[in-house]
Formats: sequence, structure tokens, C-alpha cells
Amino acid sequence: MYNYNEFDSGFVRERVSQFRGQVERRIDGSLTEDEFRPLRLMNGLYLQLHAYMLRVAIPYGTLNSRQMRQLAMIAKRWDKGYGHFTTRQNIQFNWPKLADVPDILDALADVEMHAIQTSGNCIRNVTADHFAGAALDEIEDPRPIAELIRQWSTDHPEFQFMPRKFKIAVNGAKHDRAVIRAHDIGLQVVKNDAGEIGYKVLVGGGLGRTPMIGKVISEFVSKRNLLPYLEAIVHVWNRIGRRDNKYKARIKILVHEYGIENLKRDVEAAFVETRAEFSGIDQELLLSIEKAFALPKFKSSELTDYNASYENDASFRSFVDTNVTAHHNDEYAILSVSTKPIGGTPGDATTEQMNALADIAEKYGHDELRISHEQNVIFPHIHKSDLPTVFAALKEIGLATANIGLISDIIACPGMDYCALATARSIPIAQEIAEHFDALKLEHDIGSLKIKISGCINACGHHHVGHIGILGLDRAGVENYQITLGGDHTESAAIAERVGPGFAAEDLIPAIDRLINAYLELRDNADETFLDAYRRLGQAPFKEALYPKVETDAA
Amino acid sequence: MAREFIPKVLTANDLIEGDVVYRSKDSQWVRDISQAHVFHDQETADAALEATANEAHIIVGAYLFDAQEIDGKAVPTHFREDFRAKGPSNYRHGKQEDGYV
Repeated sequence: MYNYNEFDSGFVRERVSQFRGQVERRIDGSLTEDEFRPLRLMNGLYLQLHAYMLRVAIPYGTLNSRQMRQLAMIAKRWDKGYGHFTTRQNIQFNWPKLADVPDILDALADVEMHAIQTSGNCIRNVTADHFAGAALDEIEDPRPIAELIRQWSTDHPEFQFMPRKFKIAVNGAKHDRAVIRAHDIGLQVVKNDAGEIGYKVLVGGGLGRTPMIGKVISEFVSKRNLLPYLEAIVHVWNRIGRRDNKYKARIKILVHEYGIENLKRDVEAAFVETRAEFSGIDQELLLSIEKAFALPKFKSSELTDYNASYENDASFRSFVDTNVTAHHNDEYAILSVSTKPIGGTPGDATTEQMNALADIAEKYGHDELRISHEQNVIFPHIHKSDLPTVFAALKEIGLATANIGLISDIIACPGMDYCALATARSIPIAQEIAEHFDALKLEHDIGSLKIKISGCINACGHHHVGHIGILGLDRAGVENYQITLGGDHTESAAIAERVGPGFAAEDLIPAIDRLINAYLELRDNADETFLDAYRRLGQAPFKEALYPKVETDAA
Repeated sequence: MAREFIPKVLTANDLIEGDVVYRSKDSQWVRDISQAHVFHDQETADAALEATANEAHIIVGAYLFDAQEIDGKAVPTHFREDFRAKGPSNYRHGKQEDGYV
């Protein structure tokens, strides 16, 4: 894992100390809220419905046990004993008090973490595949380049006051687990014919009010050229991107209105200049970062006990079948821990749970944890012989739910239970869907299904790329939910299509129930997923299930 | 014909704690919506909102919301204000827990 150098530590500490002064001046009245607001946002501090909210970056979703324990401590000491993992691999504390925030930031700095650029019109936390370094289908670990991008983008003097926020994601495997096609810039690690590693660069993806799938601006940018190329893209957008309307100020709108070919031409012209400005120091830095991400020393041992548990313990078998993904070392497992126990709040973890997760990572997981954009916690390297012990430890803290990738593994934004921007609630909808299908014991029969829920049009809950997307709106003072179908967040990315008018909260679960029943009847066989069936059959039969024709007596 | 005035409550967030506060009948900031003053005319409501400019060291983001007065108590007309008055609905850990509602 990357460790801060002297420069990183000095910079983060200095920012904390500056913010401490700013908070003091806000409290003593020498700064107005209008003056203070941009300063607190630069440090990840929002004011939400019920309290302040501090958003802490977890770069490329990677944590060690010491960091996880510190997050647990912060939740206990300065919050209500829990944290919330988000779709951008961040953690949010929902109840900090303003006067405590500088102390919280110092506690984060103690473990090489911060909240810088988790808000505001700058380059945000760089996200990556949560299986990085462990996945069987990996071309190259995306985290070293993500770390280099983090260092380049942090406090970049040209990119502090951009038209809007800017999000970059990196995927290093064949399967896209980082939703790169829905980011301002998506990077896909590729190998060219010469066997050289580089990046396919996509630009202009995004969700929100105007969802768009990113377009390829370059099929191959070499490692050496990547930072100057990224700088050229952000530079061009920062210069010519719209600032007249906040909803039109994202690079996706520039790609749409200006055209990818025109943008590519401008970027390539700018690249000539930016290329000349990079001396090669970044590549030296990258080499040292790559060393920091060297794989752990994997062990080798007997799998007899694991095999026996798998054969004899049905609940363990179900847990492994559902929550384990193949590791590139066949004695190892990538274990996804669902933070979505039935009826729980997606993405929440208590102090006790975070501490226990840290213990497991330290004892059995080569000290590594990941946070996925699907709001789950990943142990990327667990030896299979340790899985039964880990399963038992997870059961004790209520985190052994075998539902990864299933109907109750729902992404839900905080919605109107917390968020000041929300137009309706998300979490209770996720809770009700999970409880409904758990009661029917249908979850494993339904199989792979991504439900994603957002409580407003900004789409933090990724509803546009859910197989079933749910968008909560305020219709004349009542919560109302629109259903979209056929979205896909992977390499075959697609924006879900709206089916028809929205549903009142009390009509939503019955509607989802009809939809799922229609799928179960329509699918070719148990292996045909909801998304495959939707692609084969089109929207019509699903629309019919959602909006059954009412029999009317014409006579 | 002039539109009928919808009664208003003056609200904000506390500067330090960040939690929801209401202007009470005796012009204090209180946590409990049942103690909130309900304004029955636009002028008084606007004047009270304007006066919060002097309280920037206590509160943040003051605004007026629509409410009804039932049995002398303010009841929000929109669900957003209902959540602000109670706390998150996923489980009780906001104002509900503090015994305000």
C-alpha cells in the first residue's frame, strides 16, 4: 500500500491547520457563512438535513486495518457510532459537530487519510476496481496509476475552480467493475500489440440529470503520456466548458454539444504543450508507487478443512457461492462482505463492525480492505483455509449475509433520510425490497440482479445503470418513484429506460413484485438473468407487468 | 383576489451542532418543532427571517417553510420538513431519539 511521503504528510497537516483556523473564525463571527461555505466544502464538510456531514476520501477504495480502526474510532468518538460507505468509495460521517471537525481531520491525517477534494468543483477522489490486485481477469493493478492521478490532481493549481466537479475512475481488469463509462474520464488498462501497457481513455460519461455513456477519445495512451493527456483534457474543458448553467457544466455536455472529434482535436493540440511540460519526474514517482503496491506474500496450506466445511455446512456453502469471487491465486478467495443485511441501511457499518473487519483483515487478509462502489467491504486476499473462521467472525457482527449481486444487494443513496438535495427517500425503499423478497425466499432463485436507488435526479445511487433503477421524486408534496429498466454499469454499459409514470411509495413494492414475477415466468431458464431477459424480450412484457391493463366494462 | 397566506415557521441549522432549530414563540432557537412559532402573516414572517442576518454566529441557512397550526403546535405541510423535525426514518437515531417527537 502507498505510504505518505514527507510532502504528503506536510501538505495534509497544513490543510488541517488552515481549516482549524477557518472554523475558529467562523465560530467567532469573523467569517460569514458565505465566506466559510466554500472553505468547508474544500475540506469535505457539507451541511445536510439534520447535521453536518463529513465525506472522507478512501482513494481507489483501499484501506488497511489501522485506517479502518481509526474510522471506527472517529465514528464512536465524534459521531453516532457508525459510518456510511458511498458509491464513490468514500466514507461519510453523518453527525459531526463543526467544532470537532478539525480534530477529526487530524485523526485522519494520523493514518494518512483526508477529506480534501471530496466536494467542490475540482477533481474528486479517484476510484478503481475494488478487486484490484486480486482479480483473475486483471491486466494490471489500477491503483498505482490511480495514486499518481490522486497526487497530480490534489491541489492542482489550474483545476481548483472548474465549471463543475470532475470524476475519474480506473479499471485494470477485463470486466469493468469501476463504472468507468459513467465517469467524466474513464480509464481502461489495455495492452497494445507490442505488449506495452497503456490506457484506453473514455470521456464524457456521467449520470445525473443528463445521463451519458462515455466516448472513447483515445484507444491507447501510454503510461508515460497519461498525465499530460489527462491534463490536456481537463485543461480544454476548463477553458471552453460551459459555466452558464450548472447542469450543463459537465464535460459530458461539452462532448455532446461540441462533438468528440472536435474535443479530440483540441485535446491533442493541448497535449503537445502539456507533454513538453512533464519532465519525467512523474514516471520516477510512478515506479516507486508501483513498488508500494507489490502483492502480499501469499501463503500455501492445506484446504482439507475448507473443503469439508464447504461440503457439510449449507450456510457456509451458500455464503461462499454468493460472496466469493475467484482470485488469481487459486488457493485464495476475494471475499465481498455485504453491508446490506436484510432490512439494514445499505453501506452503513458500526464502530464494532469496522473494528471487527479491521481485525479480520489484519489476521487473515494481508491487512487489506476495500470499499466497493456498490457500498460493500471487500477482503481482496483471504486464503481459502481461513474462510470458515472469517465466516464465523462475520456472523458474530451481523455481516455474513449471502446476498452479493442479488436483489437485496442494493445501492441506495442516503436520500431524504439525510441529504439536503434529496427529493424523496431511498433507504426505506431498499429496506422494504430486501425484506419483501427475503420473506418470499426467492432471492437466490431470482439470481443476479442490480437494483440501484437514487433519492434525486443527481443519481448518486446510480439508478441509470441499474438493471432496475428507482428514482425518488417529489410529486406535488408526495414521494413518488420512477422505475427504469435495462441499465448496465459494466463494459456493456447502458442507460436504463424509463417505463412509465411513477409509483406512490405504497404501490412501489407490489410493482417490483409484479416485475420480478414476470421475469421469473419469461426467462428461458434459471441461468438467464433479468438483464439478459430484458435485452432479449425488450421493454413491452415488463411494462405490461408494471402497468397491468385494468379490465373495463365497455357495455 | 390575494392568495390566502399559508402560515410559516422559521427554521435553520445550528452553527456548531448542525441540527435543526426553530424560532420559538419567545424568539429563541429551539430543537423541538412543537415549540415553534407559527407566523400568520407574510410581513411578520419576512421580518423575522430578515432579522436572522444578525445571528450568523449561531445559526446557518435560515428559511421559512409552510406549516399548519394545530392545537397551538406547528405541523409541516411537506414531508421534507417532517423528516427534519423527526430525524432519519431508516431507524430512530435523530431527534426521535432525543425525545423531541
